[in-house]
Amino acid sequence: MADLLVIAAHPQLEHSRTTRQMMQAAAAGTDPARVAVRDLYALYPDYLIDVEAEQAALASARLVVWLHPVHWYSMPPLMKLWLDEVFAFRWAYGPEGHALRGKDLWLVASTGGPDSSYRPDSYNRYFFDAFLHPYDQTAALTGMRWLPPLLFHGAHRADDATLAAHAELFRQRLQTWPDWPEIDAMQAAPACDVPDDARPLAQG
Amino acid sequence: MEDTTPWLHASLIYLSAAVLAVPLARLLGLGSIIGYLAAGIAIGPWGLQWVTDPKAMLSFAEFGVVLMLFLVGLELEPRRLWALRRPIFGWGSVQLLGSAAVIGGLAVAAGVDWRLALVAGLGLAMSSTAIGLGVLNERNLMATTAGRNVLSVSLLQDVAAIPILALLPLLAVAGAASGGGGWLGAAKALGVVLAIVFGGRLLLRPALRWIARSDTPEIFTAAALLLVVATAALMHGVGLSMALGAFLAGVLLAESEYRRELETDIEPFKGLLLGLFFIAVGMSIDFAVMARNPALVAGVVVGFLVVKAGVVWAMARSMPVPLAERPVFVILLAQGGEFGFVVIQTALGTGVIEPEAASLLLAAVAVSMLLTPLLLVCADRFLTPRLAARAAGPKPDEIHEQQHAPVIICGFGRYGQIVGRLINAAGLSATVLEHDAEQVEAVRRFGWQAFYGDATRLDLLRTAGAAQARVIVVAMDDAEQCLAVVDLARQHFAQAVLVVRARNATDWTTLHLRGVQHIERETLDSALMSGRSVLESMGWQPHAARTQALRFRQHSIEIMKQMAPHLDDEKKLIAVAKQGRAQLEATWARERAERQAQSQRPGWHAAEGGED
Repeated sequence: MADLLVIAAHPQLEHSRTTRQMMQAAAAGTDPARVAVRDLYALYPDYLIDVEAEQAALASARLVVWLHPVHWYSMPPLMKLWLDEVFAFRWAYGPEGHALRGKDLWLVASTGGPDSSYRPDSYNRYFFDAFLHPYDQTAALTGMRWLPPLLFHGAHRADDATLAAHAELFRQRLQTWPDWPEIDAMQAAPACDVPDDARPLAQG
Repeated sequence: MEDTTPWLHASLIYLSAAVLAVPLARLLGLGSIIGYLAAGIAIGPWGLQWVTDPKAMLSFAEFGVVLMLFLVGLELEPRRLWALRRPIFGWGSVQLLGSAAVIGGLAVAAGVDWRLALVAGLGLAMSSTAIGLGVLNERNLMATTAGRNVLSVSLLQDVAAIPILALLPLLAVAGAASGGGGWLGAAKALGVVLAIVFGGRLLLRPALRWIARSDTPEIFTAAALLLVVATAALMHGVGLSMALGAFLAGVLLAESEYRRELETDIEPFKGLLLGLFFIAVGMSIDFAVMARNPALVAGVVVGFLVVKAGVVWAMARSMPVPLAERPVFVILLAQGGEFGFVVIQTALGTGVIEPEAASLLLAAVAVSMLLTPLLLVCADRFLTPRLAARAAGPKPDEIHEQQHAPVIICGFGRYGQIVGRLINAAGLSATVLEHDAEQVEAVRRFGWQAFYGDATRLDLLRTAGAAQARVIVVAMDDAEQCLAVVDLARQHFAQAVLVVRARNATDWTTLHLRGVQHIERETLDSALMSGRSVLESMGWQPHAARTQALRFRQHSIEIMKQMAPHLDDEKKLIAVAKQGRAQLEATWARERAERQAQSQRPGWHAAEGGED
């Protein structure tokens, strides 16, 4: 099982330019024992996720990469289903739910709209960071360290050279993890202790 | 030493005659029965005169017929017979009794003794099962209407041979008109039959079990032979047909767990002894009789072929058998057959008919069997194309132009059509190969590029473009044919991905063991959809029913994969299947309990997933 686990999701990979090239970059020239790319839409075309297999892959990884295009300011539906089913109570969170604690979570995403549109004065109205709170908090609750996301805005209009450069950057960052210059300065995931009265009542 | 020499000598002659003649006959497309007959003629008194007294050999070789009937009995599970009762007993009786009545009636009208007429009628009404089924297999017609009906009629003839053989000695008695001791004999006979039936039910299986436990294969074979010999001897002792006894024993064991084993043990003996029987028949054909009355022999052959063809054609019309299949159907049932030899030979043996008449009838049957391959060729050349043209406009030509579509669909029936429609709607082109001409015609009317052709033929697959195809869909009805195409494709078109239809779990396993990746059991998904409907009707949420059905599907395929290596070990198969079912039930029961526990915890839903 690989150290670096790339969870990729694109509902229409046949129309994808960015995600496809990023997936290739992740797999290119790497040791399959170090990097594993799991293409969710290819693995689970019927949306029947093999929770045990996914949890096993996660358990052995130290870095978890989420690679997807941003649709409706969020992740593709199969990835959300993956999250719902794989990040299970008592496994990823809740009592004894420490399986992901201490791992790194890195979002590698692309958007159609350009960087400039993610501003209060433009049509997307918010800085892109605002859409990342659910991700960030998911990492925190499961005890994962939230690495600075690698974003590619304006993917529809990007020329080939720009895209290639971005994919190369992704490849290098993946290869060099965890020896990133900024990583030492980063703090571990904040503690999110859920008080007992916020939990559902115990059984019985 | 003096005793062994003639035995050696005889074996040398018979075996070498068979070994030479049978492959030669098969090479000429005439079938092994004709080969045996020819070998008999060649070494007999009218050929090389190596053997001058066929009688001795015949009485030994008759045991082949006894074994054959034992095997017929083994094949006839009472339940299966019941399921096919209509085509077998209905149409089979029409063919046999109709033909026999017309032939016998004509003979009586021509002034022949009624007993001879009866024997001739019954003997000539029989058709060759071996040739019939051989031709059907060779031409892939087993699954057609004509094929199924030939099988049913042959089956009835096999069964009917029993009462006919039992009847013949009685005819002889009637001829001698000696009433004395008839009742006592009948009572004894009845007693023995009852003893065999009840003894067989109560004793045979435990005895076989005991023998099988000794774990000595050759003793089991010996026991199987002993069983047949003993029943035959018992029946013979009370003046009944040995064959009837063997048949009874066979039926009694048809449902036992040793059926397959008995079959495989006896099969080679049957084949060889039956071969000897045909050789002996060939030797005993009196060519002097034929030479004296060539016109009579020709007349009998033509006469009975025409009569039978008429009866069978009338049957074909009302069944109905499709027009294009009728020539084969009629020719296969009109010819004489091995049971005809048996009937005539037995009649001769019991003195119902004279040797001269027997020779004439035997010759007629043999000639008709020799004619069958020729008639088939003629029908293919001249009759079938015209009939097919009349039935469905121009008959589609066999595929002959090189095709280049990336997908080939072999078999375009209920299954292949759905595959074809899906990929066609998705904008992909496919070459369709279908062996049923009517089906080809039908789908062509809907605008499909379908070709007539048997996908189990390598040359046709090549023409269909299999050497370049990326995907070959194997979707024929017949599992054997599917397997044949898979084997061809794996051997010759390794570049193509195989997508194969499996009829049932056994098929699936066989294909899986062949390494085929994409196998679908034809009923699995539709049955699961029905299962979903049941769950929904019982109040399940549609989405929960869907998920459960998909999980069940995955589980059952997983279990099949685990079972695959144990295909031959039934106990192991059952164990794996049971274990799999228990696992699934346990998992789902646990999940149900968890869900129930969750739903009893207030506030759970507010806190589910990611928390807040």
